[in-house]
Amino acid sequence: MLMEYLKVFLTGGIICSIAQVLIDKTKITPARILVLFVSLGVVFTGLGLYQHIVDFGKSGATVPISGFGYSLATGVKEAIDEKGFIGIFTGGVTATSAGIAAAVIFGFLGALIAKPKAK
Amino acid sequence: MDTNKFNMTKEEYKEYVDKKSENSPILKNVLLAFLVGGIICIIGQVVTNCLIAKNIDEKTAKTFSTVFLIFLGAFLTSFNLYSKLGKYAGAGSVVPITGFSNSIVAPAIEYKAEGYILGLGSNMFKIAGPVLVYGIFCSFIYGVIYYVITMIR
Repeated sequence: MLMEYLKVFLTGGIICSIAQVLIDKTKITPARILVLFVSLGVVFTGLGLYQHIVDFGKSGATVPISGFGYSLATGVKEAIDEKGFIGIFTGGVTATSAGIAAAVIFGFLGALIAKPKAK
Repeated sequence: MDTNKFNMTKEEYKEYVDKKSENSPILKNVLLAFLVGGIICIIGQVVTNCLIAKNIDEKTAKTFSTVFLIFLGAFLTSFNLYSKLGKYAGAGSVVPITGFSNSIVAPAIEYKAEGYILGLGSNMFKIAGPVLVYGIFCSFIYGVIYYVITMIR
């Protein structure tokens, strides 16, 4: 149990550290980091590499935004296996639907209740 | 002694600041990003494990855990707490899914004054929009490649 959490911590920590090094060394903006990592998540899942990271680090690999790319790619693959061609279009968003909907709903509610801070 | 900052000349002070900001930040930033990012991932795993312990199937537990972290990110952002965390954690607060949530709520709050539709509504996806565009498009390319490979076999 403790070993599992250690693996989660290490995996998540390393992924975030890579992003931090990129931010500090290349002045790449956080918004681009998010786009880069979600795309890399899809690419590494497609190459069959990200699954190993998920097997090792569990939430440490799925909680970072690269895990969102992993969900998109595995969703597409499973949907193609099941339904064929149309799976290319249905798989990704179906697999990530809860995350996207939660982001819209809680994002909207959060913005509604918050007071804009005076600048 | 470098406590005597008030008597320094401009050049000396510049040297002092450069020296201070040169060695410490990157290592410190990376360690903080590692720590905070790792902890957020552990929170996700704890929620998942608790739900699995209550006989909820693994897939649902993982989905619920994601929804919870998105809620947490939005909640902390709307009370202006996530940006405080971000000041120290850097990428450790950007890369986890809570940062994705933060990237939706923060611009929505900022542009709220410009109205609920074209202010709040259209700026919610200012950063999250590109993430979805490139994420979904990459998964489309992967899907096409995977589909062609399965056809050939």
